Amino acid sequence: MPDFAYIRARTIAEAVEALSADPQARALSGGQTLIPSIKQRLAQPSALVDLGAIAALRGIAREEAHLRVGAGMRHAEVAADAGVRALAPGLAALAGLIGDPQVRNLGTLGGSIATNDPAADYPAACLALDAEIETSARRLPAEAFFTGFFETALAPGEIVTAVRFTCPRAGAYAKHRSPASGYALTGVFVALLEAGPRVAVTGAGPGVFRWAEAERRLAEGFTADALEGLVPPADDFLSDLHASAAYRAQLVAVMARRALAGAIAGSRG
Amino acid sequence: MKFGSGQSVRRLEDVRLVQGRGTYTDDIALPGMVHAVMLRSPLAHARILSIDAGEAAAQPGVLAVYTGADCDAAGLGDIPCTTSVRNADGSRVFVPARRPIATDRVRFVGDTVAMVVAETVEAARDAADLILVDYDELPAVTGTARAADPAAPVLYDAHGSNVVLDWELGDRAGTEAALERAAHVVALDLVNNRVVVASMEPRVAIGAFADGRYTLHTPSQGVHGLRDRLAGAVLKVPPETVRVLTPEVGGGFGMKSFVYPEQALVLFAAKALGRPVKWRGERADAFLTDTQGRDHVTRAELALDAEGRFLAVRVDTIANLGAYLSQFAPFIPTLAAGGMQVGVYDIPLIHQRVRGVLTNTTPIDAYRGAGRPEASYVIERLVDAAARETGIAPETLRERNFIAPDRFPYRTAYGSVMDSGEFARLLRTALARADQAGFAARQAGRAREGRLSGLGMAYYVERTAAGQEHARIRVLSDGTVRLHVGTQTNGQGHETALAQIVAERLGIDIERVQLAPGDSDALAEGNGTGGSRSLVMAGGAAGQAADAALEAGAALAARELQTERGALAYEAGVWTAPAGASIGLFDVAAIAARENPEAGGLGADAAFSAATNTFPNGAHVCEVVIDPETGVVEIARYTVVDDFGVVLNPLLVAGQVQGGVAQGLGQAMGEQAVYDPETGQLLTGSFMDYWLPRAGDLPDFDVTKQEVPCRTNPLGVKGCGEAGTVGACGAFVNAVLDALAPYGVRHVDMPVTPEKIWTLTGGRMP
Repeated sequence: MPDFAYIRARTIAEAVEALSADPQARALSGGQTLIPSIKQRLAQPSALVDLGAIAALRGIAREEAHLRVGAGMRHAEVAADAGVRALAPGLAALAGLIGDPQVRNLGTLGGSIATNDPAADYPAACLALDAEIETSARRLPAEAFFTGFFETALAPGEIVTAVRFTCPRAGAYAKHRSPASGYALTGVFVALLEAGPRVAVTGAGPGVFRWAEAERRLAEGFTADALEGLVPPADDFLSDLHASAAYRAQLVAVMARRALAGAIAGSRG
Repeated sequence: MKFGSGQSVRRLEDVRLVQGRGTYTDDIALPGMVHAVMLRSPLAHARILSIDAGEAAAQPGVLAVYTGADCDAAGLGDIPCTTSVRNADGSRVFVPARRPIATDRVRFVGDTVAMVVAETVEAARDAADLILVDYDELPAVTGTARAADPAAPVLYDAHGSNVVLDWELGDRAGTEAALERAAHVVALDLVNNRVVVASMEPRVAIGAFADGRYTLHTPSQGVHGLRDRLAGAVLKVPPETVRVLTPEVGGGFGMKSFVYPEQALVLFAAKALGRPVKWRGERADAFLTDTQGRDHVTRAELALDAEGRFLAVRVDTIANLGAYLSQFAPFIPTLAAGGMQVGVYDIPLIHQRVRGVLTNTTPIDAYRGAGRPEASYVIERLVDAAARETGIAPETLRERNFIAPDRFPYRTAYGSVMDSGEFARLLRTALARADQAGFAARQAGRAREGRLSGLGMAYYVERTAAGQEHARIRVLSDGTVRLHVGTQTNGQGHETALAQIVAERLGIDIERVQLAPGDSDALAEGNGTGGSRSLVMAGGAAGQAADAALEAGAALAARELQTERGALAYEAGVWTAPAGASIGLFDVAAIAARENPEAGGLGADAAFSAATNTFPNGAHVCEVVIDPETGVVEIARYTVVDDFGVVLNPLLVAGQVQGGVAQGLGQAMGEQAVYDPETGQLLTGSFMDYWLPRAGDLPDFDVTKQEVPCRTNPLGVKGCGEAGTVGACGAFVNAVLDALAPYGVRHVDMPVTPEKIWTLTGGRMP
């Protein structure tokens, strides 16, 4: 592994300062993407700014109709949290489906969404639960945060500090995992919010997106058969070693129906 | 006897291994050891125009950078391919020269271009990044069938074609005539997909040179073959000047049988630098440079008469051999299983043709089963296709054509003589255990939930390796018995199985018998692990050596007890004279050690020969449940009934079958090494992209045995190491095709991925 400096930040301000001072520095949270990248010499940061000791990034709190999850919360912690399980069971279930136990015990919410891997699970929850992303500099809606293929709205030196998820009336996530990597070949989060239904899709396209046609159908009736026969156009979907665009489109349709069924079954009425 | 033959003795080695107390090659650190890193070709096919290693060599901590020119200057020979295979016209197979480091041309991504040796791995790797190689990229060819096309890019200009092998077996004219007059002919075009071996332990090589001798520490499947080939072919020195040591091995599956460039290179560098040199492959090295397995495309035909009796099989295969011919590469698709496409059936005629092609891919060689899984897959797919064609139930069609028990010894159409088998009985047992009778009800129940079911079977036969094997036993005065054999455990449990044989012969506790690690100095000869031969061959040799040691000990005991040899009784490690005086085995060993210290005490060497192969066989029955919407397949139950002859240790055998079936199912369900057809890049170069089955992907397998003793070896055993892989692919794919039959689907190729199934179901129930 090439040499790099290691900085253990104690506060958000310290982290921001260290990252701002050195454009080649990278923030280290759970390290589930970054560390393998460094080992393979795909990334060669001059410094790693470890966020693991920053208390302000920890914790899960209920804030009226929202759940505020600290960016440093590990997937296993979110999956096991009683508040998340009660108020957003689909979110807890999603966190429990990420990677494998080792990944879930190290990977964090902030690390996942800041990376914005097109096959990551959390971005689907962020869009479906109309999340607000809190950063060291500002708050912005999830739809403005995820800007493209491994791209986010984060500016240099800016880090994710928390995510405020809307607690849905109903919501569930269905995932078809890539058998090798455990990433979502396709994952669909279906939620019914006070403001209406949302259907967010990950893994199928170059980035997470909302499936407008499915949301329109669900707005007409959040019922088990609402998505019957609906398959998204495959035109913009990924096509690679693991799945063709057409198969991904089929999986979006199937996972959306299964997530809907799960949402209705677990509905809080 | 508590730990004797037939007992499920727990593995003696496991406590050590699971506690992390095993010694693998990577655990060895020699004084003054330095580290080697290989610079790999990033291109699949290119001319090397120049290599500038000046900056790399000047880095701190770097001792040397070697290129192909240095190997040439040192007179190193080629990495060997030892083949006795001849082309159908009698000519020799074209064996391209494989230099330890590529000189003028690279032929696959991962080909070695330079070796950096430095004080640390990190320094070597940093320096390797600074080597400047100027390549002139050439068009690449990776596809098996494509490589045989005269229009494809050619790897070796001197040969002018990628087809380096054109081999035939059997009766071409007779088979053709049988196909022409047959009432039914079924034909299939089959792909046997390429897989990565993925042993848990990567390859490692530590070379040292002192006092005119080379020493190599490396995981292997037998130290002697490696010694002889490294000495003879590459280093060009007498074999006694090379010592090869193999400690624990974390999986070989065939792949660790062969000489690899890195083994020769660390020895070369150790001599040149006067310091031990270590190379340890990373997982990326393993994906790119460990030999891979399978990769055939085959046209197969089966002729039947009006009653469904099999008349003839014709098989035409193109086998991808990779960029160079690895050690046994020409042997695996040809002689390793030549003609075994007749399976366990009474088929009088076969004609087989195999063309071997070179491609810009990682070399292919033996992989668990090595030719037999490929052959079994061909016949078992053909039989199921014939069952559908004729409307005869697959088990009925099989029974109609099985070689009957009263036909043994049975000479097959390919020339081997099979000694025994009760195929119908085993198949019926397996179908009963799999509850075939209840399948229709299960199928109907699942159909109501929108899921498809299929039940498939395969009856496999293996042919395990014969030949010669060596053992040395030393009964030591400290109360232990040290056993050396010419095969090499890779994790199968040799320490336990061979100790059982020796302990039983000597009448002592099994814990007293210790299998020595592989060391070419400790035993003069050996033929290695491969072809499921260890129990039959090393077991035979160990038993023979134990008997001889006992015989030598009895002579000493008679002298000590002042009685006739013939008057002694031996039981539980003690000789007793008629008058009641007695002496223990280890006391005799102490006397022997005193009197003859050079021989190391009481002991014996043995060479065991078996002229004939064994033919383990059995029935696999697989039941799958398919989600038609996603194409996801779940194995609901998997039943195996094996005939391994007399079973020495049922626990070890069941473990071998479990692992073998998992490996076979891995290939059938999703493993596939994928190369970009244009660039020749390995697209599945890590476990993020290459799926290997996990425990949770597979159910518990129901593994049982029916013992039909082998008639051609003294233990009555048949080799079991590879059998699981031989049966699994056919059973799984036949089960999937049974599930998809309502769609009119007749064929699907491995790996049977969910996407492939979805394209066949259209996402809905039939």
